[in-house]
Amino acid sequence: MTRVLVCVKRVPDSSGEVVLTDDGQAVDGRYAGFTISDHENCAVELGIRLADATGGSVTVLTVGPAEAVDQLRAALALGAGAAVHVQADPARLGPDDVAHEIAAVVRDHRAAGAAYDLVLLGNDASDSGDFQVPVRLGYRLGLPIVTGASTAEVTGDRVIAEADGPEGRETYSVPLPAVVSVLEGGVEPRYPTMRGRMAARKIEVETRQPTREPVGPSRVRLLLPPPAPATAEVLGEGPEAAPAVVDLFERLGVGR
Amino acid sequence: MILVLVETADGAAAEVSLETLALARALAAEGGGVPVQAVVVGEVPDPAALAEELGEHGVAEVHQATGDGVAAFGGAAWAAAVQEAREATGSVVVTAAGSVRGNEVLAHLAARLQVPMAANVTAFSGLAPFVVTRQVVGGAALEEMRLDQRPAVFTVAGHAWQAAVAPTGPATWHTFAPDVAPADLVASVVSVAEKEPDTSDSLRSARVVVGAGRGAGGPDGFAPVAELAELLGGAVGVSRVVTSLGWRPHHEQVGQTGSRITPDLYVPCGISGAIQHWAGCASSKTILAINTDPDAPMMTKATYAVVGDMHEVVPAIVAELRRRRTGVEC
Repeated sequence: MTRVLVCVKRVPDSSGEVVLTDDGQAVDGRYAGFTISDHENCAVELGIRLADATGGSVTVLTVGPAEAVDQLRAALALGAGAAVHVQADPARLGPDDVAHEIAAVVRDHRAAGAAYDLVLLGNDASDSGDFQVPVRLGYRLGLPIVTGASTAEVTGDRVIAEADGPEGRETYSVPLPAVVSVLEGGVEPRYPTMRGRMAARKIEVETRQPTREPVGPSRVRLLLPPPAPATAEVLGEGPEAAPAVVDLFERLGVGR
Repeated sequence: MILVLVETADGAAAEVSLETLALARALAAEGGGVPVQAVVVGEVPDPAALAEELGEHGVAEVHQATGDGVAAFGGAAWAAAVQEAREATGSVVVTAAGSVRGNEVLAHLAARLQVPMAANVTAFSGLAPFVVTRQVVGGAALEEMRLDQRPAVFTVAGHAWQAAVAPTGPATWHTFAPDVAPADLVASVVSVAEKEPDTSDSLRSARVVVGAGRGAGGPDGFAPVAELAELLGGAVGVSRVVTSLGWRPHHEQVGQTGSRITPDLYVPCGISGAIQHWAGCASSKTILAINTDPDAPMMTKATYAVVGDMHEVVPAIVAELRRRRTGVEC
């Protein structure tokens, strides 16, 4: 009966061209659209599997603007059973603010008799790349933290997580409750079903306001790296380019 | 005082840690020549050799944390060791490589000290206020961030700086047994699977590297790339996504969290060229990119480009190479 809280962040899709807002404080996702990171997609998947395996439940949480309800609905459609939305402007929040707000939800739910056994987050947000919200959350809640896990299983009152370390695949065995940050790759995220989408619409999202004035991200401004001039000489298109490529190898004197 | 968490591999300092020392020295010079010290956590096979190596890179003193508390890796335990070294040295800056370990341990340190942390810094400007530039959005954008609390805690993006010697003589070596609280030992590694054979040395020294990224399509998509690498007497290198999806082993990864390569020729196939990857291959003398998207960053930054599907282009190159070598079609 593992009760899992999965935290997701609405981020601009950065797979294409990245555009900044006029004030240079955020990435402008108006044209590219919004999503959650691959790490978080895997965290949602892991959460659902853990809950299914133990007859437990998944609650999904986001700290973000009103539109971030889209990302909550997407996770609900996959199998999360409840959602919490802390409404805040992400550009005004630093990593410690986000950890503070998540911790406040965890404590309030615990006080209401709905304690979580496991909090899953992505290893790092694909926009702000702070690499620290899961760790700060663990300290705020006084819970053990495993970062960069690609798989996690609950056995009894412990979570067994695996992560890639410099010396090989590392195993952690940590008593619940715990905080685990997830790196993509260990599980294949599922797709929503029509039935899941329909069911998700009926779930009421718990909406909350931040519990403190944010400290902020210490951000001066965002910048885009200077565009690199296109310098490549195109040798050709498709397989027909092979002779020109091998000519190049011969000119460079490689492969002989 | 500037304190650098130095990671080791097979007893020697990791390249990314030496890069971090290069930034630390530049910062020390800006600050009027403050000493740079290193903290090493865990056992080291040959302390004298490491002391000499770190001395070559401008480290005055090394503080090695040893004992049961840090015998197995744990983010909190290692951070407790770094925290103790910081207090003993009175360091106002604590930095580490933007590696898996570096980002994790310094996030713990920053949370314990309740100070901000900047991940993946590439540059600094000004000391008062201390402003760093760091990579965000996977390197597609940069952020200028103030670090106005002390200690300033930050990690250095892999391969954003180059390791360089600045000899000061062998570093003085101190060992200490950090006081690690039981709560800090709860999330420690309990076992490590045997490492797959590591060929990253031959990747880093290869004259030719053939690379493959997400475009390979799956674990079975690398055969033509491996064949081309073999025909050219080179090595295979891959992008981060390929290793995180488990398609290829981690030691083949080129990029910020993998190896930095310096071949005469690099042939990235189906690699878009995000900063994460570019940081590891930018020092290649010649780059020939093969990609279906002519506007992919790798295609515009390369020296030469072939627009096309790697699954068609690479086998055609292999066939052409074989034809010219043997004089027959195959």
